[in-house]
Amino acid sequence: MHEMGICDGIVTASLEAAGKENASRINSIEVTIGVLTEIQEEALQFAFSVLTKDSIAEGSTLNVTMVPARSVCGECSAEFGHGRFDAKCPECGSYVCTLIHGRELQIDSMDID
Amino acid sequence: MRVDIAKGILEKNDTLAEGNRELFARKGVFVVDLMASPGAGKTSTILATIAALRDRYRIAVIEGDIASRVDAEKIAAHGIPAVQINTGGACHLESDMIRRAVDTLDLDEIDLLIIENVGNLVCPTDFDLGEHAKIMILSVPEGHDKPYKYPGIFQLSEAVILNKYDTVSFFDFNEEEFRSVVHDLNPTAPVFAIAATKGEGVDAWVEWLAARIEAAKVVQS
Repeated sequence: MHEMGICDGIVTASLEAAGKENASRINSIEVTIGVLTEIQEEALQFAFSVLTKDSIAEGSTLNVTMVPARSVCGECSAEFGHGRFDAKCPECGSYVCTLIHGRELQIDSMDID
Repeated sequence: MRVDIAKGILEKNDTLAEGNRELFARKGVFVVDLMASPGAGKTSTILATIAALRDRYRIAVIEGDIASRVDAEKIAAHGIPAVQINTGGACHLESDMIRRAVDTLDLDEIDLLIIENVGNLVCPTDFDLGEHAKIMILSVPEGHDKPYKYPGIFQLSEAVILNKYDTVSFFDFNEEEFRSVVHDLNPTAPVFAIAATKGEGVDAWVEWLAARIEAAKVVQS
């Protein structure tokens, strides 16, 4: 259940940003999450509904964009998308690859009144 | 009204972790974050590491558990400073907990700080604590298929310890497959087969760790 800890980060940062804007309500929050963080959207949504209760974000929508894994090959510099387990270069077969997408944990924006 | 935030969700944790990292660098303390499932042998591995390295380095331990002081007491019984963190339900340690624990230790008297994370193969991977190296332990009875199920922790660990290796003949553990999958996930991570409670195979692991500590000293100085 690290979704609760992750979601606490989302809610705390959003409420802080909303406070700076003197918002009366948060309508929606957009976040980007990489698939390799092993975060389950369902658990995240549940945590969100719990953590926003009795705040100006209660009832707001959490829009999650999941980012697939992508790596760049350290041998031939090819860039390729892959699953959770097979970061193997399709061009030269090397496993020495650097991950460039898939571990994102970012709050992008929110809609407030 | 739309407002751009563009902030890392774990920014608060990451900022505090950076503060920890600066403190450790200033005090010349090498910090290891040890991660594994419950029962994989984290505390036994720490005790074996202490036994092998206590003449070379001044060691301290931070124990992370949901409840109890059992582990810290085991470490302290060996005359090693140990701080227990009880997360009270949280499944991983965060950098602010580490900072509070570190503030109770005299860092001038410590060369190596080992953090035993909460037993879990998923949650600790996303949380930077300001450590130099994340290391994971898998024990033989857990099965050779764990890297397929929990790839993240195998990818983020600098080294993998395969504990309870003395029991390998009693389990359907395919070591060749295990090593091959770990290599595919993380080509640079060495795998150390050990039996922590018997001290077997510990030499290779502690020599790797000692080399890593010495390399960090060169970078820091």
